[in-house]
Amino acid sequence: MKKHLIELVDVNKKFDSNFILHNINLYIEKNEFLTLLGPSGCGKTTTLRIIGGFENPTSGDLLFRGKSILKLPPYKRQVNTVFQKYALFPNMNVFDNIAFGLKIRKISGDIIRQKVKAMLKLVNLSGFEKRNVNFLSGGQQQRIAIARALVNEPEVLLLDEPLGALDLKLRKEMQIELKNMQQKLGITFVYVTHDQEEALSMSDTIAVMNNGVIQQIGTPQDIYNEPKNSFVADFIGESNIIDGVMLKDFEVEFAGKKFECVDKGFNTNEKVDVVIRPEDILILPENIGKINGKVENVTFKGVHYEMLVRQENYLWKIHSTVMSLAGSIVSLKIMPDLIHIMRKES
Amino acid sequence: MKKVFLYSYILWMIIFIVIPIILVGYFAFTQSENGVVFFTLENFRRVFEFVYIKVLLRSINLALICTLICFLIGYPVAYIMADKNFHFSSTLLFLFLVPMWMNMLLRTYAWLTILEKNGIINSCLALLGFSKINLLYTNQTIVLGMVYNFLPFMILPIHTSLKKINYSAIEAAQDLGADSFTTFRKIIFPLSLPAVCSGITMVFMPAVTTFIVPNLLGGGKFMLIGNLIEQQFLRIADWHFGCAVSLILMAVIFFAAIIFSFVDTDDEGGNLF
Repeated sequence: MKKHLIELVDVNKKFDSNFILHNINLYIEKNEFLTLLGPSGCGKTTTLRIIGGFENPTSGDLLFRGKSILKLPPYKRQVNTVFQKYALFPNMNVFDNIAFGLKIRKISGDIIRQKVKAMLKLVNLSGFEKRNVNFLSGGQQQRIAIARALVNEPEVLLLDEPLGALDLKLRKEMQIELKNMQQKLGITFVYVTHDQEEALSMSDTIAVMNNGVIQQIGTPQDIYNEPKNSFVADFIGESNIIDGVMLKDFEVEFAGKKFECVDKGFNTNEKVDVVIRPEDILILPENIGKINGKVENVTFKGVHYEMLVRQENYLWKIHSTVMSLAGSIVSLKIMPDLIHIMRKES
Repeated sequence: MKKVFLYSYILWMIIFIVIPIILVGYFAFTQSENGVVFFTLENFRRVFEFVYIKVLLRSINLALICTLICFLIGYPVAYIMADKNFHFSSTLLFLFLVPMWMNMLLRTYAWLTILEKNGIINSCLALLGFSKINLLYTNQTIVLGMVYNFLPFMILPIHTSLKKINYSAIEAAQDLGADSFTTFRKIIFPLSLPAVCSGITMVFMPAVTTFIVPNLLGGGKFMLIGNLIEQQFLRIADWHFGCAVSLILMAVIFFAAIIFSFVDTDDEGGNLF
């Protein structure tokens, strides 16, 4: 049997009587970029801290190459962490911060100097050795924190919302830089974020979490195109989520109309959630599409317009590059394969 | 409006700090004979006589011992109290602060009843069949009294600075391979060093100038520089010599403070200078 690099087996974490994590099973392969994605308080940081050794699970096991490492203290684990607020050592300059891990492993001074220099070049901060870390910008501190972890050549790098404090433009740049570094160095990344766009653009695999439970694990494409439940659909990208009834295989009724769809295997007249992405709805002149409605609100979003169309008591969200005038009556059309049917959460 | 407040502080400082220091200087550099006041360096020459230098050195010696003991006791206490898993830290802090609500004279008197010939300790010893021992009027007793009185000044700044350390920096050190001792040596202690320096200054200064403690617990047997100054003013009424000794003592403290302020490069709060 092939061994996974890291394996979480039935991990539970209880605080008082509340489950922070509930039966987490997760495999991480070598060289994989895995993202734990979820809203704040979903348990993603706790999962990361368990891997790093800063928290102990209430039950369950954590395997590294098939061997349990639960009993190892953080300083003996072959993982390094980039902390949320960088956690640089304020009493040391840039060089000493990056060299910290190497000095502890008693590596010779010459090699340390070479490695730190190479690492600073990698994060585009050459010549910063003597700088005081307290006077660096957020982006620079963040890159020092990454360099400080990467210089130890860990097998696994854990990153806890490392780009959370940066502005949008810098965040986008760092996303690309991080992804390049991960591919160049061949290090396994476990990345925690609540930003779905970040997760989609960087990851090989995404684990979507909510309330301490993994909702879905898959590639970014899978998760975006085939969300397993309405939570995932709602959290990843924007969605219209409507109550519907499955009339029979390939036919669903919602918003007072019958629609052809591509799903089957539901009970007759089973109540379901119908999920439709805003960009998957076509706006047509009145009475041509299936649903008629009145455009209530139009917002310019840069690449596209966002239109809110009122149909009785439901408000449809639609993204389109073509603007419809507010107040006009339009009709909506949805192709069968763009209608996603999901079982109701019990 | 701001300036009005500023002037009131300046006025306060002039009346209560600048003028007294000028007066001390005036007395120190003068002598009076038969009502005639004249300039002289004689007072300072006298300070450097062997007897007085011995008093000064003994004071500095005892104050240094007291400061060292305060550090050795205070740091671990502050460290334990700053631990986020320690639930009694506010109780402990409270217990260390309560004696400070009392007058220092009373606090020191309390030790007399504990240590004296028929005091609590000796009574207990007698009950157990041991012979009584002499606990009062030794250098050790004076140091004990100083440590007791000035220990909170060491604990408080260190405690505050340890509390302020970003816990994730400690986790980061462990993450990078440092065990608990290395984490303490390379991260925690260096980050608390500025507070240690202010703690040392805040203990050393009152310890080197105190006269209550040696008066009560030393029984006047061991003259310290504080006693010497007190004696010049209250008993011998030689203000000129007393002022000269005071100025020399101020210089000693000033240089000590400068030495500590070199170590103390962190410009965050909690420091004296």
